[in-house]
Amino acid sequence: MKNESKADHGPAKAEPARVAPRTGARVVVEGLERLGVETVFAYPGGAILDVFDELARSEGLHLILPRHEQGGSHMADAYARATGKPGVCIVTSGPGATNIVTGLATANMDGIPMVAFTGQVSTKAVGNDAFQEADTCGITRPITKHNYFVRDVNDLPRIIVEAFHIATTGKPGPVLVDLPKDVQIGKTSVPFPEKFDRVGYKPSYEGHPKMLARLAQLVNTSNKPLIYAGGGVRSAGAVKELAELAHKANIPVATTLMGLGVFPESDPLSLHMIGMHGLIAANKALDACDVLLAIGARFDDRVTGKVSEFAPHARIVHIDVDPTSISKSVRCDLPVVGDIKPVLRDLLPQVNKADHAAWVAECQQWKKEDPFSWDESPSGAIMPQSVLATVDRLTKGDVIVATDVGQNQMWSCQFFTHEKPRNFLSSGGLGTMGFGLPAAIGAQLGRPGELVVCVTGDGGFQMNAQELVVAVEHKLPIKVVILNNTYLGNVRQWQDMMYRGVHSMTHLAQAGRMRQERIEPDPELPAYLPDFVKLAEAHGAKARRVSDPKDVEPALKEAFADPHVWVLEFIVEPEADITPMIPPGKTLKDLIRKFK
Amino acid sequence: MDQKHIINATVENQPAVLSRIVGLFSGRGYNIETLNVGPCADPRFSRMTITVPGDEHVLEQVTKQLNKLVDVVKVVDLTTEKHIARELVLVEVGAPRQKRPEVLGIAEIFGAKVVGVRETTLTMQFVGREDQVDDFLRLLRPYTIINLARSGLLAVVKGE
Repeated sequence: MKNESKADHGPAKAEPARVAPRTGARVVVEGLERLGVETVFAYPGGAILDVFDELARSEGLHLILPRHEQGGSHMADAYARATGKPGVCIVTSGPGATNIVTGLATANMDGIPMVAFTGQVSTKAVGNDAFQEADTCGITRPITKHNYFVRDVNDLPRIIVEAFHIATTGKPGPVLVDLPKDVQIGKTSVPFPEKFDRVGYKPSYEGHPKMLARLAQLVNTSNKPLIYAGGGVRSAGAVKELAELAHKANIPVATTLMGLGVFPESDPLSLHMIGMHGLIAANKALDACDVLLAIGARFDDRVTGKVSEFAPHARIVHIDVDPTSISKSVRCDLPVVGDIKPVLRDLLPQVNKADHAAWVAECQQWKKEDPFSWDESPSGAIMPQSVLATVDRLTKGDVIVATDVGQNQMWSCQFFTHEKPRNFLSSGGLGTMGFGLPAAIGAQLGRPGELVVCVTGDGGFQMNAQELVVAVEHKLPIKVVILNNTYLGNVRQWQDMMYRGVHSMTHLAQAGRMRQERIEPDPELPAYLPDFVKLAEAHGAKARRVSDPKDVEPALKEAFADPHVWVLEFIVEPEADITPMIPPGKTLKDLIRKFK
Repeated sequence: MDQKHIINATVENQPAVLSRIVGLFSGRGYNIETLNVGPCADPRFSRMTITVPGDEHVLEQVTKQLNKLVDVVKVVDLTTEKHIARELVLVEVGAPRQKRPEVLGIAEIFGAKVVGVRETTLTMQFVGREDQVDDFLRLLRPYTIINLARSGLLAVVKGE
């Protein structure tokens, strides 16, 4: 029957090539090797043992064992941020999978290419509440770019190729592949496809020529143009093109947090960071500009403040590879959907040389008037900002900074001179505490030989402190800077500003806790727990506690010159605030220069 | 201005594609009024007809977000095109012997078909525009509606 019908419909399609049968587990490892993966962050468990057995046979892969799956997922994410190559993590079913949920959501918000493999109970057991079963695809669907539940081992070679393609193209993002036990064991002769072929996935590449011409005209006729550049510029590898555009038409450039480093801040045209805790000059320029060129940015609420009064005098132009980011929160007058690199390349010849002298001078004057600054501590304590400014001065921009979230993160934005892309690694969209330490580890693995500094707080460090041992055992000489202010500082600041100074659950020292916590300080114990120096030493790292401002620089120099993992705990002014600040949902008119 | 939009989405027949789409709507706070799924002429694909209340801005985002899904091949907002939209309703109404001619009269006006009869009830099938379905049901209301199932809209571009 089958043969006859083939005869009826002309020559039969060539039989797809077949290869020697191998197990699904083998396909996973073969896929990683074929696709050029070098480093894998992997935590084993019952439902993924077959893949781990194959990992043990791999000659090329470098395997990293985190101490918690969440740590592993952030390492994979930061490896991708620092190198541009997709980060890979492999974990087991159930709790292994749910533990990487935060890591996936972090990567998804920031558009970071990542591929996660999760073990799963056998397809026959799925849905029966089997041991360590969770509906991983169901849980991760809204926080991944795409995910796959592999039903048939014959689909696996194609799915692996697709997963890496989807993770790394368009607006990058995390892709998850859920691997039931029987799929790992089952055998297939289906080869890896040579190319990606899905009708539903075709990210636009070139910008529309008509739109580009209108964009160029708008820039050419503007008096006060401003570039607002985001992380998309870095993902697209369009740093050079951005600089060319800014210099050709002499346009000031402000970046988002995710965009720090896509335009060198030593450049006179740089206005540093925009938004809630951005440079006042950047926010003034935003308020005054007549054309706003948003490039690879997504108008996050931390940037826009009150949406209806965002860039009130400007025509807004938006270049982005992700059509959903166009006019999502702020109405855009002229969208160009496409990959930023070719779009800027095509735009450049159409943009006229210009100097916008008066406008640039105005912006530079604003910059001079209100640089980022801090007041010295009334008690003579170390100011947290001074620690970061010292790191910046000692490293001269030649440092990879992995931050946690909160005050340490905002001060890192403000007090480092961000010169290069992929050197500032921070959870921008999701704001994930506990990101910093594993991120520093992932970054150092991807870029050995470079100085990696983790800037964290006493709160965030404790969220993934267990990963320190990974840095030590792999001899990754990261330097951890803990700014210990005994508070969850950013939340404490908001409580002071908006909640009558009631420090509900934000104080971490033993004394002075709120009544409801029922904590009586024990005089036998240190005033602050844990003892970070002992904790670091227990993990095999070198450590030092610094509480005198004159010791800040020597301590940093000592750590930077030493090849070991270092944890430096700086006892800093407890209630320092991040300033300036445009409160959430407000405008430049509501700017707070100093608080308290 | 809030308006009802009819969206046609062509999707690849991949597992969980329905939950991806429904999850997108609930996760981003969009409402679904009705949703229909069935195979396309090409069995590799399915066609979804989704009616969505919302203004132009909501619709623009819904369309873009749907398009962004890997399994979604094509999204058309039919509200902006010439289209044919129909809904099917199955309704069982109380129709004892003395009322039966009246109910049959209504059915005849609308061109509804009687598909089931019991001693005291009639079950009818009607296919029409959404407003016709509404009218049909409004006229039946005095006769005690015992069972009602509406399909939600199905729609195609005119001349497709």
